[in-house]
Amino acid sequence: MATYTLISSNVLSSSAASVTFSAIPATYTDLVLRISARSDNADYNENMLITINSTSANYSTTYLRAIGSTASSGRNSSTSSLNPVYVDANTATSNTFSSTEVYIPSYIVSQSKPISGFTTVENNSATSNIISATASLWGNSAAITTLNFAPVYGTNWLSTSSFYLYGISNA
Amino acid sequence: MATTYEKIATTTLSSSTATITFSSISSAYTDLRLVLTATASGGTKFLKFNSSATGYSNTYILGDGSSATSGRSTSYPRLDLNSQDSGSSTPSLDTVDIFSYAGSTYKTCLIESSHDLNGSGQVMREVGLWSNTAAITQIDLSVAGNTWSTGTTATLYGILKA
Repeated sequence: MATYTLISSNVLSSSAASVTFSAIPATYTDLVLRISARSDNADYNENMLITINSTSANYSTTYLRAIGSTASSGRNSSTSSLNPVYVDANTATSNTFSSTEVYIPSYIVSQSKPISGFTTVENNSATSNIISATASLWGNSAAITTLNFAPVYGTNWLSTSSFYLYGISNA
Repeated sequence: MATTYEKIATTTLSSSTATITFSSISSAYTDLRLVLTATASGGTKFLKFNSSATGYSNTYILGDGSSATSGRSTSYPRLDLNSQDSGSSTPSLDTVDIFSYAGSTYKTCLIESSHDLNGSGQVMREVGLWSNTAAITQIDLSVAGNTWSTGTTATLYGILKA
């Protein structure tokens, strides 16, 4: 087996309310998500909610972010999905799509799942440019088999948004 | 020829261990990537190259859930991965990218540390430097004053540009 393998991808040819990777095989060690996304929310930014195995409990996140010239940190505890992952929305500079990487190690191990995220939203403008690093936790020992991505404020991910899921094997 | 992204070695601890060592690291790759999913009984996680206790420095930015701070260490005897470990049984995630590890220049690293505990914890991004021109052939992972817990997993990957 190759070490770093594409499991599945979804490059949107039309707007979609959410994107789901299901039946994720248990044959890898870690998962990596690489996402380029923009929503139809009538604002500069959007939050992406990530749901694991269709569950709606036991998520938490500590974030470190810079919005323009201001850096801050905060957290969300005992939430119903993973957040915040910032992405571009429909008022942002045309043709800009945020870049996000999410790393999920040991996704089939029977323990809580630590998750690392890194997102950039750069618009070449004075408004709502964001860089964000997140430490998240899914307090569930089940193997991860399904991942879902949905916008919080908008209705759809816009066409050409892309979602790639890779598996990393240390076998 | 090695593949572009290849496992060099991995270990999952079956008992508590003071130090995880990757030795005799081949110079066949361009960069190294270390992935550590760990629990420990408390203490600061750190690494050393080639058993050396000199020449490390770092600059970091850290979020603890209430404020964002930045800091640095210079002329330090080790390279810290995460400035805080509460001793929780909830695993943390650290990734370390080590660039041009086999070259004759000083060695730069990019470190990402994530340890959320549902109400506490932290996230950190760090740049590290080992001011040594030797090729890296060994990496030691330790916890200050403590041990790695059972189930801790560390994997070293090699990345090849050609």
